[in-house]
Amino acid sequence: MADQAAFAEQAMEHMASLYTAALRMTRNPADAEDLVQETYLKAYRAFGSFQQGTNLKAWLYRILTNTFINSYRSRKRRPEQTEIDDVEDLYLYRRLGGLEAVAAGRGAEEEVIDRFTDDEVKEAIESLPEQFRMAVLLADVEGFSYKEIAEILEIPIGTVMSRLHRGRRQLQQRLWEFARERGLMPTANSANGGHGDGEPAPPPPAPSRATHTGG
Amino acid sequence: MDCEDAIDRMYFYLDGEITRWRRWKISRHLGRCPPCAQGYDFEIVLRQVIAVRCQEQVPEDLRRRIVEALGECGEGD
Repeated sequence: MADQAAFAEQAMEHMASLYTAALRMTRNPADAEDLVQETYLKAYRAFGSFQQGTNLKAWLYRILTNTFINSYRSRKRRPEQTEIDDVEDLYLYRRLGGLEAVAAGRGAEEEVIDRFTDDEVKEAIESLPEQFRMAVLLADVEGFSYKEIAEILEIPIGTVMSRLHRGRRQLQQRLWEFARERGLMPTANSANGGHGDGEPAPPPPAPSRATHTGG
Repeated sequence: MDCEDAIDRMYFYLDGEITRWRRWKISRHLGRCPPCAQGYDFEIVLRQVIAVRCQEQVPEDLRRRIVEALGECGEGD
């Protein structure tokens, strides 16, 4: 018999992270709320089978992702891209001028990251194909280990690694698109970037380096 | 350990999914190679920003609904 008091005591503290994941998975607040509520009800009913001392958060995530895969995804089936173009490691860093400018000792690339908005980061994650998105969420937002992710998603560890690596690179591609659209470059070469509405943020410090393309 | 190895293994290192021996070898490389070290630093900052920027607040209404639903569930047992 489930111990309701013990469940409430232990499980409620994970609601914010479950809701965050649910929102990134469903991309829709109403569905995310239903998904979290359903997850809690299922977890409550199954709490008798939860082994005390094992990872409750991972157990809750497993219920969340199973529920998502079994009901929410099929309910709103949309064409899902499963193959993504792969790009090199340090994709965003290289695009922001990193490896070439390192001799100058600038930290401007990191400053650019800091200027991404919450919405841009959320949109970049939500733009990932579902299987990659779930791996990235579980690792980079929730901090689960490869083994835990493998158990939550019920896939081999090798698959976790490849989804994670490719998902992260695609995430960087998406962020790079935002950076380019907004002219968030450490090279400050955004004179014709087209934000004519009195952007209050100061431009990034002008590097001593010449503009990167001659034209 | 050269730059290519260090970058190839970056995610495993940052994920803490690497042997102690390999971790030590990468750390030693990073200590000697500022370009790789800055690339690693960039990924660390990026990961922190991603984790922080996509956090959500639970709507109060949802929290209340769940507590109520669990209460009803308990009464039905």
